[in-house]
Amino acid sequence: MLKEKEVIIIGGGAAGLAAAVACQEKGIEDILIIERNAYLGGILNQCIHDGFGLEKFNSSLSGPEYAQKYIDQVKEKKIPFLLDSMVIDLSTQKEVTVINRQGLQHYRAKVIILAMGCRERTRGAISIPGTRPAGIYTAGVAQELINLKNYMVGQKIVILGSGDIGMIMARRLTLEGAEVVLVAEKLPYSSGLPRNINQCLYDFDIPLLLNHTVIDIKGNGRLSEVTLAEVGKRGGIIPKSKRKVACDTLLLSVGLIPENELSRQAGIVLSLITAGPEVDERGQTNVPGIFACGNVLQVHDIVDNVSLEAEYITEGILDYLQGRISESQEIKMTLGAGLRYVVPQKIFTIKDTIFSFRVNQPGKKKTLVFEEDQKLIKKKYFPRVNPAEMLRVKLSSSELKDINKLKVKLV
Amino acid sequence: MKITNNHYDVVIIGGGVVGCAIARELSKYKTSIAVLEKEDDVGWGISCRNSGVVHAGFNYKSGTLRAQLCVEGNQSFAKLCQELDVPYKKIGKVVVAQKKEEIRELKKLKAQGEKNKVEGLQIIDSAELKRLEPNVKGIAALYSPETAITSPYLLTIALAENALRNGVSFFLNTKVKNIVKLKNSDFRINTNKGEFTSSYVINSAGLYSDKVAHMVEKDKYRIYPCRGEYHVLDKNASWIINRLIYPVPKAGTGGLGVHFTPTIDKNILIGPSNEYIKQKDNLSTTSQIMKLLSTETQKFLPLISSRDIIRSYSGIRAKQAPPSEGGYWDFVIEESNSVNNFINLIGIESPGLASAQPIAKRVVEIINKKEKLSPNSNFNPLRKGILRFEEQDKATQKALIEKDPDYGEIICRCEKVTKKEILEAIDNPLGVKDLISIKYRSRAMMGRCQGGYCLTRIIELLREKYHLNPQDITLKGEHSSLLTGYRSDEVKIC
Repeated sequence: MLKEKEVIIIGGGAAGLAAAVACQEKGIEDILIIERNAYLGGILNQCIHDGFGLEKFNSSLSGPEYAQKYIDQVKEKKIPFLLDSMVIDLSTQKEVTVINRQGLQHYRAKVIILAMGCRERTRGAISIPGTRPAGIYTAGVAQELINLKNYMVGQKIVILGSGDIGMIMARRLTLEGAEVVLVAEKLPYSSGLPRNINQCLYDFDIPLLLNHTVIDIKGNGRLSEVTLAEVGKRGGIIPKSKRKVACDTLLLSVGLIPENELSRQAGIVLSLITAGPEVDERGQTNVPGIFACGNVLQVHDIVDNVSLEAEYITEGILDYLQGRISESQEIKMTLGAGLRYVVPQKIFTIKDTIFSFRVNQPGKKKTLVFEEDQKLIKKKYFPRVNPAEMLRVKLSSSELKDINKLKVKLV
Repeated sequence: MKITNNHYDVVIIGGGVVGCAIARELSKYKTSIAVLEKEDDVGWGISCRNSGVVHAGFNYKSGTLRAQLCVEGNQSFAKLCQELDVPYKKIGKVVVAQKKEEIRELKKLKAQGEKNKVEGLQIIDSAELKRLEPNVKGIAALYSPETAITSPYLLTIALAENALRNGVSFFLNTKVKNIVKLKNSDFRINTNKGEFTSSYVINSAGLYSDKVAHMVEKDKYRIYPCRGEYHVLDKNASWIINRLIYPVPKAGTGGLGVHFTPTIDKNILIGPSNEYIKQKDNLSTTSQIMKLLSTETQKFLPLISSRDIIRSYSGIRAKQAPPSEGGYWDFVIEESNSVNNFINLIGIESPGLASAQPIAKRVVEIINKKEKLSPNSNFNPLRKGILRFEEQDKATQKALIEKDPDYGEIICRCEKVTKKEILEAIDNPLGVKDLISIKYRSRAMMGRCQGGYCLTRIIELLREKYHLNPQDITLKGEHSSLLTGYRSDEVKIC
């Protein structure tokens, strides 16, 4: 009844596929990928624009092309996967219940890799007042309807939030003949990548209104109008700036939330900042043998980094399976000025470790400093930093050797 | 009483919970009944936009219909829900005092409740409150063990489906334009869908009951819309409370105060506010009230965070008490003095849900007195709802998938709703195709991702079942198309 597996990967998107391939390359044979969709590749399948793979493959691929590179390897290496199968239970004992048309199946694995990705923040979560008509979509749902189902979601579009998917959809909808009136961003800077601002908005003359948000929604059947307002320095609305914008569609690109419902079930401790599991230097959660990578761990801006992160954690997985993890004293990590978060949140053993960061606000000529008390461990200079762009820095085992605590800050 | 094509013994105007309860109650007798509902589905007015509370009856002035019918309804509610396969849970309620002066109010409420024959009321101290509700801030409370919760929209749907099965005709999307009393004493009811005639008219039009009454009797009643806004919380926050948590009601306001309602589906509702508005169809939520809801939340349950909110909505009370006066007027359930066989139900606000069945019984009594209705021996009180896969144990789940593999496909990941349940919701007895109707029936799209994962899948299932064009998929009624068509004119996939 209970089928045993060495490694079970929950999610067959970018993270899960890369983790599977890397596990297999490290000699782990008994792997199972569980995917809830009818196909592998996850959200990449609906990302038909290019720009994927610049770092990994040195070429600009579309989402499906990028996914296919990994799907081909999974098939070539004969890594087993289940499609149309959803994990409904995950326990601390690493027992997994899967549901599909064949029934309920129960597995137990030595290692679980969480690779469930993320979901979009909705209108309800950000409490936009107004009526609740048809025509309000998160950008990703609109992308799915248009790119995978060939439907058109609307003709006159306002986009709230300058996340990458929102900007990409601004271009996509324009190319499909819709009028994208504007993109409003609540913050004084975009939450998406600079290249998308240029290629998706400026190249198509779509205005990006920073410090602006939607404060009211009107329409009984279908959306007819939104009220836009400027956000003041303290975050309040500037009353005089209110103006009505006629539109039939509002797309929301207001953030992504790592999808950790299963992680909660398994008793995994989640970070309040990333909303992903707190992990150590190997990508291991507080539950031994459960690892996390990709957008379920922290929301990435570039898929190449998802793949790299998935590959990176398989080193620790191999160590775990071979009993090579000998935990020493925890190195206490503290976050200094200028940074929103750092992953991993904990360090138990000294090894070459990749740290990922996001900064609090855009800046120029910044240096990331690692220090123990006042002693400098490492620094790295960035000509520009941007909250939209994740920073990744590797510290070697020799750099980390003999330290008891580690503080990171941006100066 | 003769039956022709569009003639019915009784025409009920309004398919809310009360209209549907009357339809079902009347179908226990040999009569021909039609329900005329202006929307695409039953229950889209007040009935789907309230806290879903089956009140015990201590809040209402003794001797009023509101007190009497609520207590009666509360006592028979479990049986009603059992017959109709509608979720019901007697979870109890605490009315929480935070200031000394409020304890006096609690005592008054208890005395009033006892006079109304509400059972089990107790004043509890802060220690007992802490034991029952560790996260609620308060110094004492009135504990009411008889207060229960249900799903107001599922109940309305169930009443309608059971009435339909027992021979009631439902005319949805049918808006009454005017009513004429004919010489033969029948009524002619003109609608956007044509003419109906009937011997009786029951005005159960909720917010518009004044307008419908006005069609036969000028300016007799007036309904003032009074809006209440709500937040819905993520299920992850459901552990914070066990029972209904209410503040001490403030005299003169026409509501019970912002309260905290665990729903049958394990969300928590915060609300409703209480605000007279001008338009009866203005279901907007507002930033001012959202702020108020969070202030009230901080007072009673500081553990709840704004991060827990997954949706906000509003409902509108049908109040007779004018804004200048506030408070409550009693329910009107009576035959018109001047127009024979025209029965008015006016001002059915809270506790209308708990009272729906007793109200229906009163209406039937009024007709029975005049007509001597004979029982319908074919009446079947039982109705089966959609089986919730998620609520079954593992062995049953296995058996279900084996029997029908559509149970093995989860379409709505947040609420774990299977394809089978969604197909059943799509194939509903009333034949309603709107997305919101599928949502109410199946729970799909009600979770934290608000349809992010399942919307596309449901659109596909809906199109497949009814062979709809993309632009014919509606969210909620007329002019609410979700899609404007195919992506490009050149490409057609059908």
